[in-house]
Amino acid sequence: MKNLLTAATLALTTLAGGAALAEDYPERPVMMMVSYGAGGATDFQARIVTMTAGNEDALGMPVAIINKPGAGGRVGWNWFATQADADGYTLAAYNVPHFIAQSIKGGVEYSTDSFEPIANWGADPAVFVVAADSPMNSMDDVVTFAKDNPGKLTFSGAGLFVGHHIAALQLEKAAGVKMAYIPTKGGGAAAMKAVIAGDVMGGVNNLSDAFRAQEAGNVKILGVFDLERNDFLPDVPTLKEQGYDIDNASVNFRGIMVPKGTPPEVIETLAATVPEMFNNDRVAKKMAAGGSPMHIMDREEVQAMWAAREETLKALLAGL
Amino acid sequence: MSIGYERRDIDLEFLYYFGDVFSPVSFGLLLLGTIGGLLLGATPGLSPTMAVALLIPFTFHLQPVQGLILLGAAYTSTVAGGAVSAILLKIPGAPANIATTLDGHTMAKQGKGARALQLSFLASAVGGVIGVLLLIFLTPVLSQWALAFGPSHLFWLAILGVTVIGSLDSASVVKGLLSGCIGLWLATIGFDDIMGAQRFIFHPALGGGINIIAALIGLFAIPQVLTMFAKGRTSSAAEVIEVEKHSIKDAIRELVRRPRALTIGTVTGSFIGLIPGVGGQIAGLVAYDQTKKFSPEREKFGKGHSEGVIAAEAANNAMVGPSLVPLLTLSIPGSPTAAVLLGGLLIHGIFPGTDLFDNHPDVAWTFINSMLIGQVLMCIFGLYVAGLAARIAQVPQSVMAAVVLGLAVFGSYSVQSSMGDVYVMVTLGVIMYFLERFGFSAAPLVLGLILGPIAEANFIQGSMIAGATDGLGAYFLTGTLNIVLIAVVIASILYSVWMELRTRRYISKEEIMG
Repeated sequence: MKNLLTAATLALTTLAGGAALAEDYPERPVMMMVSYGAGGATDFQARIVTMTAGNEDALGMPVAIINKPGAGGRVGWNWFATQADADGYTLAAYNVPHFIAQSIKGGVEYSTDSFEPIANWGADPAVFVVAADSPMNSMDDVVTFAKDNPGKLTFSGAGLFVGHHIAALQLEKAAGVKMAYIPTKGGGAAAMKAVIAGDVMGGVNNLSDAFRAQEAGNVKILGVFDLERNDFLPDVPTLKEQGYDIDNASVNFRGIMVPKGTPPEVIETLAATVPEMFNNDRVAKKMAAGGSPMHIMDREEVQAMWAAREETLKALLAGL
Repeated sequence: MSIGYERRDIDLEFLYYFGDVFSPVSFGLLLLGTIGGLLLGATPGLSPTMAVALLIPFTFHLQPVQGLILLGAAYTSTVAGGAVSAILLKIPGAPANIATTLDGHTMAKQGKGARALQLSFLASAVGGVIGVLLLIFLTPVLSQWALAFGPSHLFWLAILGVTVIGSLDSASVVKGLLSGCIGLWLATIGFDDIMGAQRFIFHPALGGGINIIAALIGLFAIPQVLTMFAKGRTSSAAEVIEVEKHSIKDAIRELVRRPRALTIGTVTGSFIGLIPGVGGQIAGLVAYDQTKKFSPEREKFGKGHSEGVIAAEAANNAMVGPSLVPLLTLSIPGSPTAAVLLGGLLIHGIFPGTDLFDNHPDVAWTFINSMLIGQVLMCIFGLYVAGLAARIAQVPQSVMAAVVLGLAVFGSYSVQSSMGDVYVMVTLGVIMYFLERFGFSAAPLVLGLILGPIAEANFIQGSMIAGATDGLGAYFLTGTLNIVLIAVVIASILYSVWMELRTRRYISKEEIMG
C-alpha cells in the first residue's frame, strides 16, 4: 500500500513536473546580476525596484543583487548569456539600447535572441545640455553653430554605443551636420563634469542627472531626445518639437530579463508578478525621490520595444 | 566656467549642527560605522568603495541624516583600516594604502608593527581632520580647483605619476621603470572603455580587464605566501619576531618629531585628492615620493622608516574630505566612493549642490561633522587595535601563510563574485614571486596598472577635443596649468637621473676604496 502510494505520488509528480515547478517557484532567494558597478544608476534603481520582492504579493522571496561590471556592461551580459543557469533563479538587469547596440557592433557573445525579457521598470531619456553661461539657448543655436563650423562643436557623452552616443548620431543625421562627439570614461558623471568645467561646448546626458545639474544652476537643458516632454522638465521641448526628426531610440530603458532556455512556466510566473512588484507605492516614492523616471512595461511590450530598437539601431549604426 | 554654487562668507554654521551628531541614535551609528569600517577596511578586497556600497541598502530604513552618518563614518575608517592589512600582511586594502606597505610592513617585520600602526592611525587622524576642515572652510575655492583640471592636465598628472615609478621602492631605476611598463601593459587588457576595442582578451574572463583590487592582492600577498611556505620547508624552527612594547605617548612624540612627513603628506593628499578621477588612487604614493625626495634620510625609506608610513597615511585620509568637494557642491562625484555616496544621498531625495546646503543644512553639516568626529573615534579604536594586532607577528609562518592565502582568495572573489578574478590574482602573484627574485617590485607595477587607463583615456579625449579645436600641440602644451605640470614632470625626471648617477658614483667610489 505504502509502495503504491509512493509510486502514485512519483508518477503524479513527474506528470505535473512543469506545473509543480512553476507553482513552487521561487523556493529560494533569487539572484539578479547588474552589469554596472555598485552605486551606479542601474544598480541603485535595481535595488529599489526589487526591495519588495520578499512580500507575499510579489515573488515571496528576496532578490539579491550581484554586480559584474566592466567594459560598458559587456562583461556582465557575456557572463549572463554563456554561464548563467536558466532556471529562473538567475535574473539580470538589461539596459536598452546599450546591450542591443553592442551586439550589433559585434565582439560580444549575446544578442536579443540570448535573453527573454520579463518586464521594464524605468526609462531615462537623454537630453542635450550646455554650460549655464553658454551663448546657446536652443537646439537651433547648436545646429547653426555646427553648420557654420563643421566638426568643431565638441560635445560629451558616456562612451560609444550607449544611449548618449545613439542620441548624438541621431542629432547629426536629423540636422545634417557634422559635430565632434567626445566619449568620456567614467559614465555620465564624467561627461557632465566636462560640460560644467568648459572642457567641451555641450553634451548629451541622462535626464535625471541633467535635471539636478540644472537645479544647481550649472547647466541649461536645451532638448529632450524622447517622443514626449518629461514630467521632470515640463518646459523643455523635445527635439521633435524643435524640428528634428528624432524618436526615442536613445532612451535608456531598464528592466529585468532571464537567459534563453528558462522554463516557460517560470517566465510566465515572473511576467505576471514582476510588473505588479514594480507597481508599488514604496518603490514609486523612492524612485521619485532619486529623480529616476519610472516606466513600467509588461513582457509583450518589452518584446516589441526590443525588436523595434534593434531595427532602428541597425540602420543607425550601419557603416560605423 | 560657471559655478552656480556660492556659499555665504566663511561661516561657522557647522558648529550649530554639532550637537546633532551626539544624539543617541546618531552617535550609535557613528560608532557602528567607525568600528565596522575599520574591520571592513582591514579585510583585503573590501575597498572603501565596496564597504560604502554594501552599507547603502541598510540606509534605506534610516533617516537621511542617520544614513549619511553611517556612510561618512564608514568611508573615513575604511580608508584608515586598509593600513592594518597593509602593515601586518603587506596586502594593501585599496590602492590608497599601497605606499603604506613600503615602510609599514618592513617595520612590522622588525617587530615594530605596533608602532607602525599607532603612527598610521595618528597620522590618518591628523590628515583626516585637516582634510575635513578644508572641506568646511575652503569649499568654494576648492571646487574651482577641482574643475580646472581638464583632459590635458589629467594626462600630464598621470605622466607625473609615471615619473615617480622609477624612484619608488626599487634598488634600480631601470628595474622600477620596467615593472611600471609591465603594469602599463596589463592595464590595456580587456575591452577599452572608450572605443570598445578588444585588446589581449585570450579568455572571456579577461574581457573586463585586470581588476585592480584582485591585482593588488595577488601582487602583494602571493609572493609573501610562497616565501613563507619556502621558509617553512627549509628551517625547522619557526621564525620568532620579538615584539617591542610601544606606548602611545612615544608614538605621539615620534609623530611630533616628524612634522615634515606629516605636512607634506597632508598637503599633497588634500590637493591631489581633490582632482576628480585621479586623486584618491595616487595621493598616498605621490606624498610618499615627495617626502622621500625632501628628506635628508632618504636612504632609510623602504627599510622601515616611520616617515614613510606617516606621509602615506596622512595623505590618504587627508584626501577623504576634499574628495567630496565636487560631489557636495557640483553634484559631480570625483571618485568611485563619492559616486556610491551620491546614490546614498539620492535615495533619500537629497540632491547634492546648492540645494543641499540651502534646503538641507542639517543633513549636509551633520554628515560633515560626523566625518570630523569619525576621524577621532577611528584614531581611538585604531590605537586600541594596534596593541592587539601587533601580536600577529608572533603567529607561526606556516599558519600565517595559510591565513593570508585564505584572505587573498576570499578578498579577490568578493570584488565581483567571480572566480576569474581569483585566477588572475594567483597568476599575477606567482609571476611576481619570480620577478621579485630578480629585483623587481610590486609597487611600480601596480602604479603602472592604475595610471595607464587614466593617461590613456585622457589622452584620447584630449586629442579628440584638440582635433576639433586648436590642434594637438596647442591643446596639450599651452596654458599655465599645462606648462606648470610639464615643468614638474621634467624636474621629477631630472631629479631621478641625478640621484641615480650620484648613487652610482658613490658605490663605485666605495668599490675602489674597498
